[in-house]
Amino acid sequence: MSSLSLSLELAGCVAAILLLIGAPVAYWLAFSNWRGKFLLESAVALPLVLPPTVLGFYALLAMGPRGPLGKLWIALFGHGLAFTFTGLVLASAVYSFPFAVQPLIASFEAVDRKLLNASAILGAGKWRTFRRVILPLSLPGVVTALVLSFAHTLGEFGVVLMVGGNLEGVTRTVSIDIYDRVQSLEYGKANRLALLLLAIAFAVLCIVYAVNRRVWTPAWTRWTAK
Amino acid sequence: MDREVSSSKLVARIRKEQRNAPSFILDVSLEAPPGITILFGPSGAGKSTLLDCLAGLIRPDAGKIAIGESVLFDAERRIDVRPQMRHIAYVFQSLALFPHLTVEQNVAYGLANIPEEDRRARVGDTLQAFRIGDLQNQRPSQISGGEKQRTAMARSLVTNPRLLLLDEPLTGLDAELKAAIVEDLRAWNVAKRIPILYVTHSREEVDALGERVIAMDNGRVVSHGAPMDVLDAPRRKRIAQAAGFENLLSAAVLDLREPDGVMRVRLGEGDCEIEVPLAHASVGDRVQIAIRAGDILLASQRPHGLSARNILEGKIQSLEQRGTIFIARVDCGVTFVAHLTPGAVRALELTTEKQVWLVLKTHSCHLVD
Repeated sequence: MSSLSLSLELAGCVAAILLLIGAPVAYWLAFSNWRGKFLLESAVALPLVLPPTVLGFYALLAMGPRGPLGKLWIALFGHGLAFTFTGLVLASAVYSFPFAVQPLIASFEAVDRKLLNASAILGAGKWRTFRRVILPLSLPGVVTALVLSFAHTLGEFGVVLMVGGNLEGVTRTVSIDIYDRVQSLEYGKANRLALLLLAIAFAVLCIVYAVNRRVWTPAWTRWTAK
Repeated sequence: MDREVSSSKLVARIRKEQRNAPSFILDVSLEAPPGITILFGPSGAGKSTLLDCLAGLIRPDAGKIAIGESVLFDAERRIDVRPQMRHIAYVFQSLALFPHLTVEQNVAYGLANIPEEDRRARVGDTLQAFRIGDLQNQRPSQISGGEKQRTAMARSLVTNPRLLLLDEPLTGLDAELKAAIVEDLRAWNVAKRIPILYVTHSREEVDALGERVIAMDNGRVVSHGAPMDVLDAPRRKRIAQAAGFENLLSAAVLDLREPDGVMRVRLGEGDCEIEVPLAHASVGDRVQIAIRAGDILLASQRPHGLSARNILEGKIQSLEQRGTIFIARVDCGVTFVAHLTPGAVRALELTTEKQVWLVLKTHSCHLVD
């Protein structure tokens, strides 16, 4: 497998997983009245400020054969997590977590509370309100969360290197591949990969900003200016 | 899971302190039988907070809320039925229509748990009853203000609620449209007979709808009864202001004529004296007098042979046309506001500085706290 398709697969997995995990966390952070909420908020934002090597280091320890996660994995599946694709997905998910959760929080919070009250009074429980009101009205946030976690995972380097190492076809992502090529003075190949990554990153950001600028407006927002 | 429509009375006793406004305490006790009960009062009186408590959106500190036999909230017994389970309807001032759903989907929203066929039938009937049948595939942003209001009403009423809460649902509509929607609501309620609490501070809506009025001020119920009793003889200054009494004058009691049921008062600091209905007061007390601008007569000559007891001489300070009424400010030592028709202004040849006489019936002068 080429390093690019490996990277794309990794980013896709991470984006999908983060949407599933990020949505309930974002929901709780957006709507809870608990005063200690800031603690979880800070924890979620940690990967933004930590050097990837710190995160990767602890991820490696946790996934190693003597780490809690590693032990659990060996007990369950008979092999460890470090230097595997699954391990890479897990570590990357932690690393990109804020990129999924923060757009979701912002878009959930932007939903008019009156609509939530109306939904409750019309008999809808929390889950139905989420499914039928919050989620459809948060679509730009959902797209942003998906795209940003995808792009961020695609571009990561430090965590992958710490946790995944550099196994071709298993953990050698495109960013590591580029580094390798530069180390071995294959500037032409490095340049091709780098350009590709640049183009993908730019395209992805274009999607995010266009969605949030409502370039492609959903039908119901097109009329709200009236 | 269609419920039987119970036509039961709402009985509520609610006390709620507000964390962000410690001086404001909602402390009310009220009953609303089936039919329309108007909640009237100046903004900040606590009307919306009261509705939120009834709907279960705000938890009262103390009290009890029940519709007939069914208890929705009881602080002592620690009962607090969730909003989803209260089976009531609430039309917000902002309407809160779901912007991403069509009119039909909005109306069907509260009918999640009934079979598809029944749901279609009921939604169809309700859309027809509120005359929005041909808008069913439109989204809220594509329809007019009046149509939105109808959609919000239909969405609430299709669920067959036990109680309907309306928070100024018709603000911003013109009078004709308002009257039409009010008529539809009234027709609907003839069949269902549930208690409807209707918050407004529009005097017109009170007159159009009112069976009963509960007047609130500063978190309390200050009076209740028929609209005429509550609003035409308001006992509180702020209710008087809200009910459209343009003249609120401070006065000192000069003497009491108990056999005649009247007393004389001096208005303001000047020497302008009038006769008003007798109230619990002693000579020298300060009282507040409320007079509607429309209850004041103007004459261009000193009138004779009238039953009205109060004739005051004054000068027109200003004359201002607003739509089809003229608003005249007349200085008689204190300033009165009187409303006149354009015809009357022409007939009396009224201009500023012109000398006029004001005529006030004793019982057009209301004493308020």
